Amino acid sequence: MKLLEVKQVSKQFGGLTANQDVSFSVETGQVVGLIGPNGAGKTTMFNCVAGYFAPTAGSIMLGGRNIAGLPPEACARAGVARTFQIARTFASMTACENVMTAAMLLQHNVAKARKAALKWLAFANLERFADRPAASMTISEQRRLAVARALAIQPRILLMDEVMAGLNPSEVREAVDVVLKIRDRGIACLIVEHVLEGIMPIADKIVVLDRGVKIAEGTPKEVSSDPVVITAYLGD
Amino acid sequence: MNTMKQFYFAAAALALALAVPALTDASHLNMAILVLMAAQAGIAWNMVGGYAGQVSLGHAAFYGLGAYASTLLLVKFGVNPWIGMLAGGFIAALLSLGFGWSCFRLKGHYFAMATIAVAELVQIFFTEWEYGGAAVGLYVPMDKQGWLWMNFSTKLPYYWLALGLLVITLAANWWIERSYLGYYFRAIKDEPDAARSIGVNIARYKQVALSVSAFFTAAGGSLYAQKELYIDPNSVLSTALSIKMALVSILGGVGTLFGPVVGAVVLTSIEEFTRIAFGGTGRGTDVIIYASLIIVIAVFYPTGLMGWLRSFRERREARAHADRQMAAPSAAVQTLGKEAS
Repeated sequence: MKLLEVKQVSKQFGGLTANQDVSFSVETGQVVGLIGPNGAGKTTMFNCVAGYFAPTAGSIMLGGRNIAGLPPEACARAGVARTFQIARTFASMTACENVMTAAMLLQHNVAKARKAALKWLAFANLERFADRPAASMTISEQRRLAVARALAIQPRILLMDEVMAGLNPSEVREAVDVVLKIRDRGIACLIVEHVLEGIMPIADKIVVLDRGVKIAEGTPKEVSSDPVVITAYLGD
Repeated sequence: MNTMKQFYFAAAALALALAVPALTDASHLNMAILVLMAAQAGIAWNMVGGYAGQVSLGHAAFYGLGAYASTLLLVKFGVNPWIGMLAGGFIAALLSLGFGWSCFRLKGHYFAMATIAVAELVQIFFTEWEYGGAAVGLYVPMDKQGWLWMNFSTKLPYYWLALGLLVITLAANWWIERSYLGYYFRAIKDEPDAARSIGVNIARYKQVALSVSAFFTAAGGSLYAQKELYIDPNSVLSTALSIKMALVSILGGVGTLFGPVVGAVVLTSIEEFTRIAFGGTGRGTDVIIYASLIIVIAVFYPTGLMGWLRSFRERREARAHADRQMAAPSAAVQTLGKEAS
């Protein structure tokens, strides 16, 4: 079943076209990678789905409902969670409070939110940091905290923006494990990624953008042997 | 600060506050009232300026609205000041919708500048408004006195009123801090984009913070009018007053429950003592020294006095932790040594 369907989405900033007629879909429980060279329009597309940009044209269907143009908070309520390139954890809070704040979308009760938050912290292997200030955690721990926070709104799809950038190999492995655990819970993942070694083994499907348009779509194997994709990455 | 410590601090501060009238003469009692009123206004400011991080430099508008609402209702319609105080709070909360609507589309410094402009507009309005006393101001009539009419010829009852309002404002702030609102406010302050990504409607919750803050600020304004028995645009609507409300919080520690209380004690003390010691020169020496002391505090304690206390405690804990870390290996070595021999 198609969970997310991006149909003919275009996004222009003044005269600059960042995305042109991009279409792809994500099915329930699927891990989809959105890749492409610098300036391909990956992040713009990502922000359109998460509600941070309103597409200039096209529709974005989530479970049959058009969410294109809705503000981020409404997208979150509809079931779209996201993480950011830099973790953007709430620095004045502990790790647990970060996740609690997200859990409060479902119920305002603080004690219940704390219980739910501890569960998500354990899910991201962060339970030992629960009462530590988020600002004292390492970059990779903060990224996982951001994932736990995003999951606490119980989304149907999680969008991850470069979760693996700048991590060392063992941290990449940890990040990969978390993605797989998320998929096993039936939550779809759309991952914008630069680190192809990380995303290729776990993605069910890869969508390749270049200069704002989709140039390829398929399994990691198909895509990585596609001459158009190789040209886009390596030049002629 | 955890709940138990908050409780002990509050209990100690309350005990001290209850003892103050027995320990001071009339002039010092007046200063104590000023401290309580500054603390109350600072706490009200802190709800939106500290917790939610929306630094307003126009809060005098709400203070003035509260003062004018209760006084006009009393002078023109004979309405009881207790009701006038509540009415003033609700009027300020209602008008804060317009204040927020016009200012919240801006961020950071631009927001702060817009709030100054809006407050200036309110001040100009009251300066020109004949019915509201214009630049001459309004006198609170003294024909009806006693607790029912919140009107006394001595200072002591005003001390209890100021203390009562402070405790109520603190209690409201304490409740907000611990509820989901407190979490949402801090999220909006820390990372507004991330707050939106988890479904927080930041426009709505900034406005909630501002409206609650406006309500309590206005209540403080009404009490000011009843205590001073005279208000004019300069005394309850000036930019200097807006800045003082922010300063009390910032010096004490923004986004902390007792920060504004600490800030009010320090700021009002400096203000009064410099006035007493240097005010007679007529050359503004007191203001220069007052300002210099504020700069010194701001430079050395950028997170406020509460932040300084916290960092002091954290350093001590870190040192204790380091000591334990150092002790553990040496103990292990000693055990090993014993086993070897």
